[in-house]
Amino acid sequence: MPKATREAFGETLVELAEKFPNLTALDADLSHSVMTAAFAAKYPQRHWQFGIAESNMIGAAAGLALSGKIPVCASFACFLAGRLETIRAAVMLNGANVKLVGTHAGLGIGEDGASQMGLEDIGALRSLPGLTILQPADAIETRQAVEWMLGHPGPVYLRLARQKVEEVHKPDYRFELSKPDVIWEPEPKHCQATIFASGGTVGPALAAAKGLLDKGFSIRAVNVATLAPFDADSIENFAKDSERLVTVEDHNVIGGLGSAISEAAAGLGLGIPVVALGVRSFGESGKAAELYERHGLSASHIMDACLRGVRS
Amino acid sequence: MPNLDEVVRELRSDIIRSIAVAGSGHPGGSLSVIDILAILYAHHLRHDPQKPDWPDRDRVVLAKGHACPALYAVLAHHGYFPKEWLSTLRQLGSALQGHPDRKRLPGIEAATGSLGQGLSIGLGMALAAKMDHKDSRVWVIAGDGELQEGQVWEAAMAAPKFKLDNLTLIVDANNGQIDGPVAEVMPLEPLQKKFESFGWETTAIDGHDLAAIEAAMSSAKKVLDRPQAILAKTIKGKGVSFMENNIAWHGRAPNREETERALKDILNA
Repeated sequence: MPKATREAFGETLVELAEKFPNLTALDADLSHSVMTAAFAAKYPQRHWQFGIAESNMIGAAAGLALSGKIPVCASFACFLAGRLETIRAAVMLNGANVKLVGTHAGLGIGEDGASQMGLEDIGALRSLPGLTILQPADAIETRQAVEWMLGHPGPVYLRLARQKVEEVHKPDYRFELSKPDVIWEPEPKHCQATIFASGGTVGPALAAAKGLLDKGFSIRAVNVATLAPFDADSIENFAKDSERLVTVEDHNVIGGLGSAISEAAAGLGLGIPVVALGVRSFGESGKAAELYERHGLSASHIMDACLRGVRS
Repeated sequence: MPNLDEVVRELRSDIIRSIAVAGSGHPGGSLSVIDILAILYAHHLRHDPQKPDWPDRDRVVLAKGHACPALYAVLAHHGYFPKEWLSTLRQLGSALQGHPDRKRLPGIEAATGSLGQGLSIGLGMALAAKMDHKDSRVWVIAGDGELQEGQVWEAAMAAPKFKLDNLTLIVDANNGQIDGPVAEVMPLEPLQKKFESFGWETTAIDGHDLAAIEAAMSSAKKVLDRPQAILAKTIKGKGVSFMENNIAWHGRAPNREETERALKDILNA
């Protein structure tokens, strides 16, 4: 059953409420969109509604965290990242154990269009020292990422999407921080490309790998759920037996997954081409699938990127 | 309160000396807020300098973080750290950073200095105390200039909604900010009416009248069901004649000759 990662987040918060008695949810008038409403209804004494005032919500979250609570601040990705200075000063400089949950990330929000699309959040937040950034690919991974996040004694940004996505993991999948997760292993191991995807683009990346297999190409697909701290060394083995690395993300092509992989490849001197697919403009209205097609994130675009310049 | 008069004089001297040694810093706003901090720590704050992490302590958030030389002087006076540390202000590796850093110095509750954020942080601490059924109080000390930040008014709206009677905001209203008098740069008046209309218990006092500060803090602690704002009218650079109401002393250190004159002024006050 396809399910949005934000839905799995909302369910997991309720499930883990007893395990984490200090867990406290903060909202800025979007509890029914970010899916904290169920937690709020069941635990009203542990929920604070801040109204349309994200800066104060994030600042107050820092204060709650410094007094031992585990505050979870949820809003749209763009509205949280827009409070970069509050996150930097109140949360990060204090090392406050605040969990920022940015939902409706990327083009995937669809019809609401540009002003509601968080396409720059990872780029903005990835430069904050000590901030863990997670983007799970499906409901199974989201549940585990949420549990990991609540148990981690430091600030975390969890990036979630509005649209429903297919499961790419089996029920026995175990999330591990900073560990790339191979969801499609090529045969033979030497492949034309290794695709790195995250969040909403993991499904299209998997479809691309499968589609190219049918055409006789060997492609690997890797889900990157941890964008910070990014384990640069982990890509070395993938690079060894790939002709190119392809990154695809529902985020601006600058500052996110493509940048992290490129930085790693350059830093390690791997000398391998990195083809980065990402959004190069502000967003616009449309259905999520239409927007993925138009902005170059669909399976067909990923297949093209895997083969660009490859002699068949 | 003659004994505290003497203490405050010493604290003012500490501020001048530490900024002079550092060669930079903010004397104007440190001297305007020191009377408030001195009374707060001496008579109203529930704290134990030997146990800075005591869960039941009251919290102080110095939102106007640039006035930290004043806070450092008070913390040292109460034994949070050795007084000798004051002469390391702003030096590489010092626990006494140019703006307060809770990770480096005992007694600092929050990193501040990015103006307009302190009230939100204090609000969160006050909420946590309510959730835990603790009677800890939170004292946030803000400058008047920083009230121009919109986030302050988000917090001003939220604190009465949450009935945070354990939250007191003290405004060090010295009417000075870097680009000029607050009333010219971006006027705040009528400030007391603004806080009243937001649902706060408010009072306006002379922020250098120790008895008035004492009384305002005592009254604030008795208020039920809503936060309190103490608007303290102060003089930037108070206690050093040539710094008083002179915006040039917002953010510069006195040289050797100026330091001697300043210390003399403070002694003779």
